[in-house]
Amino acid sequence: MRLLIIEDDRESADYLVKAFREVGYVADLASDGEQGLAQAESGEYDVLVVDRMLPKRDGLSLIGALRDKGNRTPVLILSALGQVDDRIKGLRAGGDDYLPKPYAFAELLARVEVLSRRRGGPAEETTYRVGDLELDRLSHRVARGKDELTLQPREFRLLEYLMKHAGQVVTRTMLLENVWDYHFDPQTNVIDVHISRLRSKIDRGFERPLLHTIRGAGYMIRDGIR
Amino acid sequence: MTAFGKLIRTTAFRLTLVYLFLFALFAASLLAYFAWNTRRLITEQIATTVTAETGEVSDIFGRRGLRGLVLTIENRALRPGANLYLVTAPTGVAIAGNVGSLAPGVMATTGWSETAYRRLDEQDDAEHRALVHVTELSSGFRLLIGRDLEERRRMFGIIAKAAQWSVLIVVVLGLGGGVFVARRVLWRIDAITGTTQRIMAGDLSGRLPVGRSGDELDRLAENLNAMLERIEALMTGLKEVSDNIAHDLKTPLTRLRNRAEEALAKSASEAEYRNALERTIEESDGLIRTFNALLMIARAESGQARGNMDDFDAADVANGIHELYEPLAEEDGMALQVKTLPAPLHGNRELISQALANLVENAIKYGKPVALPQPLGADAVADADSRRIVIEARCAGDQVLLSVTDHGPGIPEGDRKHAVERFVRLEASRTLPGSGLGLSLASAVATLHGGELRLVDAHPGLSAILAIPALAGGGDRLAAQMPDVPQKAA
Repeated sequence: MRLLIIEDDRESADYLVKAFREVGYVADLASDGEQGLAQAESGEYDVLVVDRMLPKRDGLSLIGALRDKGNRTPVLILSALGQVDDRIKGLRAGGDDYLPKPYAFAELLARVEVLSRRRGGPAEETTYRVGDLELDRLSHRVARGKDELTLQPREFRLLEYLMKHAGQVVTRTMLLENVWDYHFDPQTNVIDVHISRLRSKIDRGFERPLLHTIRGAGYMIRDGIR
Repeated sequence: MTAFGKLIRTTAFRLTLVYLFLFALFAASLLAYFAWNTRRLITEQIATTVTAETGEVSDIFGRRGLRGLVLTIENRALRPGANLYLVTAPTGVAIAGNVGSLAPGVMATTGWSETAYRRLDEQDDAEHRALVHVTELSSGFRLLIGRDLEERRRMFGIIAKAAQWSVLIVVVLGLGGGVFVARRVLWRIDAITGTTQRIMAGDLSGRLPVGRSGDELDRLAENLNAMLERIEALMTGLKEVSDNIAHDLKTPLTRLRNRAEEALAKSASEAEYRNALERTIEESDGLIRTFNALLMIARAESGQARGNMDDFDAADVANGIHELYEPLAEEDGMALQVKTLPAPLHGNRELISQALANLVENAIKYGKPVALPQPLGADAVADADSRRIVIEARCAGDQVLLSVTDHGPGIPEGDRKHAVERFVRLEASRTLPGSGLGLSLASAVATLHGGELRLVDAHPGLSAILAIPALAGGGDRLAAQMPDVPQKAA
């Protein structure tokens, strides 16, 4: 995967490039808005990571210029402005995701992976399958092997989101944002409890667990043991 | 600027000058109209008299001839205060009358004219003016009858003097009044300016003097005082925030630093280093959370978050939060329940959700029943009841109430009022885990919507109620906070 990081703070930029390269991605760096725009237009990138406050051209106007030219590369905005209305502004400007600083790298990585997958991925499927777990989005039916599972509506949506991103790390914040549509930060492990309830329904009594906890990052649903 | 310079620059004084000019103009034109009419009236009166006498004398000439005419004229000319009379022969020689000299050419034209003249019996050189009428009698004789215009001149003089005096009086009174009014205004403005300067110098507790007359300056002062009240409240809030930031951020920062130092000091195993680093990350996550909460409170307090307001049902918020926290509560041995009635609300949904989430988190954290020594045979039902937390959404009058009720130890009466005050944290909660800003944020969100956070005794336990006006628009907020300020000019 090719990434372009547009960030003016040298130290955090270097940290990002290094961290992404360590997980096996190609990461390029642009240190101001104009250079970033030029590079984003010429290069074939899977995801752009854009800081909001940049010299020469700010992040939002960069995204606007890119979108005006028909470039639909997924953009993740990084910003010190983390309030709800800042987020809304960022997404309206054409960003695909918004992550307030300071962030954990695991969170950023998970979101970048989801964004990159979104791009080339197949159209929304009606049935998700992971191992012998099957979720039918139209009939709201969930089954593991031959057993029909009964899920609460919210558990269904939680599982649906996890399965849509099967094989990818999904963070607690991503779940809170996408499954519950809340953008605040609960002080408690509220998501973990929902996950453990879901886990007790889909994994309990089965030999192979599918819902995995990724330490320090979040959760992942996948077939096979990591 | 001198005091006088200040005085004449006041609006009141300038307005006085304008009015002064207008009034002087008015007085002058009134008198001019009066003078002109008086003059016309006197002239008409003279003309009538002269015409009548001319007719009379012509008649005498017609009946009694030249001799009769001369006799009549001589006779009349001798009366005291007599009119002017002159009879001339066809040669132009005066043959009777009391006129000594006339402006040249007067006798040559018949009809009315105004002329300078001198009487026969007058020795002085004083010029007099008269209105005269010349008639051609038969056989070339001419008759002049006229009247002195002194009366008219004197009348005119009186009026002119009156005009001078009245303009003078208008100017003097006007200037005096203007100075008086301007000084009064200036004095009050100076008082206001003095106070504002003191306030600008940093004394935010100063207030403008408000008179009892309720005039426009009083209203201005009242409004400015209300504004100062708000500024002072904001400044106090800001100070408390920074004090809290100092406490809430410095304490964990110190812990963070100590831990890093400790890890460096003793050459430990890799596992120990790892452990120290993990705790460092944990601590900094906590710091970020605290920082976010403080920012959020500051934002809600300053009213910036008023942008994202829309209409929604508070019952949905209550149900959503219940759904989110119910498993957590259960895991903690509490029973989270929800009771809702439709409660339409206009506000920032995200912030209200977060405020309610904070109240629920508090209830789960602190609302556990007090571990009293259980009396023998204490029934399980009572225990289950005391582990209940109820989220409630409903309307009460024009308010929407979102409440979270637990049956834990509650907050002592004395501390409760203290806790509702913005930014105040109870000492007891500082020592417990969490940023401890939950109530502060909930209170700030309520204030943003023009409502308040109430803490009520639930016998036992605590009921935290977000009371928000159902139609909390942005502009209503100030009005709701400051009912004393007159909104409209009375």
